[in-house]
Amino acid sequence: MNEIEENKIISEDTNSDDMKVLGDLTSSEYKWGFITDIESETAAKGLNEDVVRMISKKKNEPEWMTEWRLKAFRYWQKMEEPTWPNVHYPKIDFQDISYYSAPKQKPKLNSLEEVDPELLKTFEKLGIPLEEQKLLSGVAVDAVFDSVSVATTFRESLKEKGIIFCSISEAIKEHPELIKKYLGSVVPYTDNFYASLNAAVFSDGSFVWIPKGVRCPMELSTYFRINSQETGQFERTLIIAEEGAYVSYLEGCTAPIRDNNQLHAAVVELVTLDDAEIKYSTVQNWYPGDKEGKGGIYNFVTKRGACRGKNSKISWTQVETGSAITWKYPSCILQGDNSIGEFYSVAVTNNYQQADTGTKMIHLGKNTKSTVVSKGISAGYGNNSYRGLIRIGKNAEGARNYTQCDSMLMSDKCGAHTFPYIEVENESSKVEHEATTSKIGEDQIFYLNQRGISTEDAVNMIVNGFCKEVFKELPMEFAVEAQKLLAISLEGSVG
Amino acid sequence: MLSIKNLYANVDGKEILKGINLEIKAGEVHAIMGPNGSGKSTLANVLTGNKNYEVTNGNVLFEGRDLLDMDPETRAREGMFLAFQYPIEIPGISNATFLKTALNEIRKYNNLSELTSTEFLDRIKDKAKILGLDDTLISRAVNVGFSGGEKKRNEIFQMLMLEPKFVLLDETDSGLDIDALRIVSSGVNIYRNPNNAFLVVTHYQRLLNYIQPDYVHVLYKGKIIKSGGKELALELEEKGYDWIKSEELETEKV
Repeated sequence: MNEIEENKIISEDTNSDDMKVLGDLTSSEYKWGFITDIESETAAKGLNEDVVRMISKKKNEPEWMTEWRLKAFRYWQKMEEPTWPNVHYPKIDFQDISYYSAPKQKPKLNSLEEVDPELLKTFEKLGIPLEEQKLLSGVAVDAVFDSVSVATTFRESLKEKGIIFCSISEAIKEHPELIKKYLGSVVPYTDNFYASLNAAVFSDGSFVWIPKGVRCPMELSTYFRINSQETGQFERTLIIAEEGAYVSYLEGCTAPIRDNNQLHAAVVELVTLDDAEIKYSTVQNWYPGDKEGKGGIYNFVTKRGACRGKNSKISWTQVETGSAITWKYPSCILQGDNSIGEFYSVAVTNNYQQADTGTKMIHLGKNTKSTVVSKGISAGYGNNSYRGLIRIGKNAEGARNYTQCDSMLMSDKCGAHTFPYIEVENESSKVEHEATTSKIGEDQIFYLNQRGISTEDAVNMIVNGFCKEVFKELPMEFAVEAQKLLAISLEGSVG
Repeated sequence: MLSIKNLYANVDGKEILKGINLEIKAGEVHAIMGPNGSGKSTLANVLTGNKNYEVTNGNVLFEGRDLLDMDPETRAREGMFLAFQYPIEIPGISNATFLKTALNEIRKYNNLSELTSTEFLDRIKDKAKILGLDDTLISRAVNVGFSGGEKKRNEIFQMLMLEPKFVLLDETDSGLDIDALRIVSSGVNIYRNPNNAFLVVTHYQRLLNYIQPDYVHVLYKGKIIKSGGKELALELEEKGYDWIKSEELETEKV
């Protein structure tokens, strides 16, 4: 065996090392269930124009931003909640939610040492000690705590490259020309019920701008965490890659245990110009509710990228193990000729979780290409739906799509559904759709048992194998975390 | 090493094994032959703990311990290995990952330290060479896209890697051409030693030309109706199972 092949084997061995980690994780209780007692400032429940103005004022926003929020709010008032997703939940009382929560204002901080130690402890529990991150990992972290950005690292080294990575509130003040040009340009405030609500009340989020020809030297990462009880979190993220630029962005989420359902309605907008590429990876682990289906996050997210320039590329990779309800369709508008859209997804529903997720690939430019790989895993009473739209426009000569949609069932009481929509207006295009549904094989488990591997590890191994095509798209550390999450989410689910 | 006493087992409520008695000592190779549906594969599945097979009576001691009380993975860690008649595919998991996990689980159970990557790779190289296995087979997903012959060779490769005490070969010869049969058999013969034992389940005598058994048993309708040395296999080959069946009928009449 030559050296290259040996290396290959070693790299493929990461799985078995992870299996060891899995063995340590014996508790099936939600691991990240703790509450930080930082004093926070929370608005009274309810939503009206005054609340929208208050949010804008709290954030010292310019008048044009306040106006934009108000337009969104007025539009939202006339809208109705969508009922088409294949999910069921009690009606949300939008007047029973507080729309703003921030850690109490502190004077501006110059270094991490000045950050509230309680907060730093929280980050440590999350496994992201900022100091260490700063020193060791090469990942810049814009930590969003509840709704206000508290600490941002690596700003300096990014600044040297001309990269802007900051909270969106900061960007509104410091880079109004970019915000005016791009905010709402991919997901307008009229887009859908939750996107409109988000536009009216968004609290904070990240802003990234990569200048022409720059390859971002590190993976950018934001950790979100809902902390105040009954505070909906409305994140807004905007990433722009100018001509020939490249950035990989990681989004990871955890949330503490709550009895009351928490609403999370984020909006993410991506824009790539000529020859630019954005890779956006998510590991979503919001609290899924308990085993009886009580509590858990409602995750109603609008994520969309526009490949505006030719030869540009947007790639979404997501691992969704959390939330009571997930409603999410990271999409690509392939406007530029030869642009590429990708969507790689693993969605897990266990106990009483429900997910309706998928993607939209809108082919407008010539020779645009898209790939969709969706892996749905249902366990317990979980209900998992893939919903995807492939649209080939009139002018999309030579457009191509490949969709692969696999479902795995872990119990007799769970469900897997596939809703593919295909609209083709150009005859030179090629659209392929493949779908499979399988029950996790008793014969596979027995085979692994017979080689000395426990049933729990066998299930993890089979599921990880099933998801491999998606995991390999994730950055290394994220892939490891995703495997662990998957193991925890599915613990004891095969009986 | 293995002592089977009055073993009865059901599949889907139907009685398949009807009182099996068998003693296998270290260093021995036993062959179980019999016509289709006689219960050969059932015996292999019952011994390894497949839960689709229900033991209704009898007991089995493996190195003096109650085998039927152990779950399948414990039996494997205690040193029992089944070369499957139909090896199972595990998409997305490489043979190397699978084997390393299995090997380390077995070693951990036996209070041995885990192998380092280098030790593991060395062992892979050694064992792959014995079976003339292509290196790429190791990095491919477990049994996915393997030919029938590759799957069977992979089973024997796993046996060599995991070094079990007791090996069950379930119709390992089925679907093999003569060259593959020779390679697979040589793998078994190389591994055969005074400290381990084999139970070879086969329909045809052919395999026993390559893996010479110490004892041959004929299984018919869930019972061992005749035992003998390796010459019994040749006799069966010559006269067919009808000979045994008629002999059995004679006995029943008496």
